[in-house]
Amino acid sequence: MFSGFDFDVIQRALPYMGQGMLFTLGLTLLAMIGGIVLGTLFALMRLSSFTALSAPAGGYVNLLRSTPLILVIFWFYFLVPLAVKKLTGDPYAAGLGPFHSALIAFTLFEAAYYCEIIRAGIQSVPRGQVFAAYALGLTYRQSMMKVILPQAFRNMIPILLTQGIILFQDTSLVYVVGLTDFMGAASKVAQRDGRLVEMYLFAALIYFLMCYSASYFVKWLQARYNVGR
Amino acid sequence: MIEIRNIGKWYGSFQVLKNCTTRVASGEVVVVCGPSGSGKSTLIKCVNGLEPFQQGEVMVDGISVGAPDTDLPRLRSRIGMVFQNFELFPHMKVIDNINLGQVKVLGRSRDEATEKSMKLLERVGLKDHAPKYPGQLSGGQQQRVAIARALAMDPIAMLFDEPTSALDPEMINEVLDVMTELAKEGMTMMVVTHEMGFASRVAHRVVFMDHGEIEEDAKKEDFFGKPRSERAQHFLSKILHH
Repeated sequence: MFSGFDFDVIQRALPYMGQGMLFTLGLTLLAMIGGIVLGTLFALMRLSSFTALSAPAGGYVNLLRSTPLILVIFWFYFLVPLAVKKLTGDPYAAGLGPFHSALIAFTLFEAAYYCEIIRAGIQSVPRGQVFAAYALGLTYRQSMMKVILPQAFRNMIPILLTQGIILFQDTSLVYVVGLTDFMGAASKVAQRDGRLVEMYLFAALIYFLMCYSASYFVKWLQARYNVGR
Repeated sequence: MIEIRNIGKWYGSFQVLKNCTTRVASGEVVVVCGPSGSGKSTLIKCVNGLEPFQQGEVMVDGISVGAPDTDLPRLRSRIGMVFQNFELFPHMKVIDNINLGQVKVLGRSRDEATEKSMKLLERVGLKDHAPKYPGQLSGGQQQRVAIARALAMDPIAMLFDEPTSALDPEMINEVLDVMTELAKEGMTMMVVTHEMGFASRVAHRVVFMDHGEIEEDAKKEDFFGKPRSERAQHFLSKILHH
């Protein structure tokens, strides 16, 4: 069945595909870190008893979660430079460039999802722990940093990583702003050499192997953690 | 030391505390008892501001707990509190549980704090358990660690919120022994508990609550000898009759 296949094309494309994979991994990692940091802040805002904090965070999360990711990427690439030009009145104001605008779009988009995960994680820590921290005289900030968040993140690690795996796949959408990630690299080679089947099969295989082993790792982590509990 | 004046608290339209007034003098041990849902735990949490209240005033060492300009963390650091479910921090070793407040709130050095913590662990009979995690200890041991954690802050008073209610019967005494010793040393204590034996041995005064009200606030001898209110008589007859 593979008689008509040209496996050589894959081998020749490997260095280029490798670069694409590095881009994909880098973007995933940066957006994940940014998303978790920002998501934690949003989660703390949403849990605040001050409406001035919780309402904007809630609005933000609901807006981003009801918007397709591809639209957010477009916004940041095409609309933000336009808005900057309008606001500053400088017709030559440059955009951020595709990489930075994509990174910001992914970070902001992921932050909305991480916010909800982290909010649930914080709420999973029993209220008595908050009382105990406060009773010692710890401030809100100290209680969060030393008592609540460490426990919350420990509970959340599997689901945070799972969200990261989804993000890893979603980064393939950067092709819409002309960036070349792993998927983009595969696609370009496929079209240049007219080897669509080989390249797309290869890309699928690599995505599958990486995501499957990552979810396996998450499962292992979860099992290990549950034993220790 | 602790003055509770006419406080009232509502959850929505439901009033959980109604005009509660009582006091704990320096060196005094006051036991708060009453049927479950009577507001005892809520009342004791008002003393260090863990539960906000809408009416009245609580003064601790002359400082108003409810006043908006009160430095609550600072005030709380001077009042020890022990909870029904221990509430040790499960992700920290026993020794780090006791060090945390000393280092973060009182600004002691880690060495200083550890020295103090080890002394307190020895006092509650758990010196060898310092490097363990709370999950590796029995309930009674965890509660003794929690008492050590509260004492490490050199509190001017201690609040106990049903400290033995979550314990297996055979572990209750090891916790009560530590508390009895504390009382003998002259610690100011407010204790919510159903342990009437402890109350009759250790308390100076007993406060009886029902339906969010303080029904009776009497010297121990008077309370156990002849409670005035009918509800207190009923409660005592139920709790002592076995």
